[in-house]
Amino acid sequence: MTTEDHLHLPPADTSPEGDDRWAFGTGFTDPLHGVDTALPPGADGAALAAYCLALGDDALVLAQRLAQWCTRAPELEEEVALANIGLDLLGQARLLLTRAGQADGSGRDEDRLAYFRDAPDFRNVLLAELPNGDFAHSTARLLALSVWRLALFGRLTGSADPVLAAVAAKGVSELAYHREYAAQWVVRLGDGTDESHRRMQEAVDALWPRLGELLAVSATERRAVDGGFGADPAAVNEEFEAVMRQVLDAAGLRDPGPLLPGEPAGRLGAHSEHLAPLLDEMQSVARAHPEATW
Amino acid sequence: MTRLRPVPPHPGGAAPGGAAPAPAGAPVPAGAAPAEAAPAEAVVRARRAAESVPDPELPQLTLADLGVLRGVEVAPDGTVTASLTPTYSGCPAMAEMRADLAARLHAAGFAEVRIRTVLDPPWSTDLITPDGRRKLAEAGIAPPGPAPRRTPGPVPLELSPVRRAVPCPRCGSADTEETSRFSATACKALRRCRACREPFEHVKEI
Repeated sequence: MTTEDHLHLPPADTSPEGDDRWAFGTGFTDPLHGVDTALPPGADGAALAAYCLALGDDALVLAQRLAQWCTRAPELEEEVALANIGLDLLGQARLLLTRAGQADGSGRDEDRLAYFRDAPDFRNVLLAELPNGDFAHSTARLLALSVWRLALFGRLTGSADPVLAAVAAKGVSELAYHREYAAQWVVRLGDGTDESHRRMQEAVDALWPRLGELLAVSATERRAVDGGFGADPAAVNEEFEAVMRQVLDAAGLRDPGPLLPGEPAGRLGAHSEHLAPLLDEMQSVARAHPEATW
Repeated sequence: MTRLRPVPPHPGGAAPGGAAPAPAGAPVPAGAAPAEAAPAEAVVRARRAAESVPDPELPQLTLADLGVLRGVEVAPDGTVTASLTPTYSGCPAMAEMRADLAARLHAAGFAEVRIRTVLDPPWSTDLITPDGRRKLAEAGIAPPGPAPRRTPGPVPLELSPVRRAVPCPRCGSADTEETSRFSATACKALRRCRACREPFEHVKEI
């Protein structure tokens, strides 16, 4: 991938207002700093932006849910694991939101997109925003979203958009870790005690009807596939279902039945009542001090 | 602009000023005007400065040891362009690395410094240099084994923990076990040694 230059001024000329300032709460600057962000010739910028926004919102919202396990996980190691998985997803979200803001020509940066959109403007799947529930419910959700996202990213490494392809190539190794973490916990709980089995089965049964949304194909995905930069939903769905069933089988869990595509509600901005409170918490500091830097 | 070639590993144990001048970027084609190339001295100075920057989270290692420094070039006008790649998508240290790298190059006498982010190809623990691996082990952190090979197509799911031979960095025993895949930084796992009973960190293969 080619890159463009970013000029660093000598220290004497660096002011506190310079581009090394901390963004909200992160200490980060633009994560595509210096990367060549020119659109591929003939690309539909609006379609690319919508796709990147959807994939970025999935990661951002799930990262926020995972962060809510901090101080609440059953063991310190699991808390560290969930926080680390959330951090990887946050990194993917930053890259994708930055790409979305460039591709749609609006010039909105990652902070503008993360902190100054309301719930109906988010495009994440509903599964990402649901409350954590118990550890089994969180694990089942993490399994489904990791399996799905890895299937997507594996194909996006061949995206016609070089930035999206590079983000995907980087994310594949991370998502493989996330998927293994979740899958091994599902097996451990499903194949564990009577109580852990019962609760894991209950979580899978609750998850199953919600998976139709992941299999749905919205206009966003269709335009992305038509534009050559999206992943083929049919191939993604096939891998998704095969891996999910592989895990359930290894865990000794009951097959909850067929998987059928549902409505792409989240991709259309039709969210559950759970998203707005999540965003309230995530966005509160940025909205209270909209121009603050530190 | 074309992608920079990877920086060759830093010569092991070379004292500052003692290393032979490194080749300056792409070889100068025969017949090219010498005025278009940066002075070899400046190239060596820029590389040496960039390669000496410690990693913010693993300060025992330099960015070059870690394999995140993708290239250093000096233009005829003296502008230095250094390229970095993140270890993980969410690596919180990237801004710090950029600032440290720019400061070190300024201190080496370069007024204009450009830092570029290169995402592709993604970083792998295979890029950690032999020197970097030795320094990790000396710091009590087990260096990574070979990274998993990624072939095109679906990534196979491993349902049982992969058994890796990770010797204890303290006592050398091979009898160690993973306690968590995740640790204080994104790039490390937690293990413990069954022989000397000490916990230790392991830079996990990616």
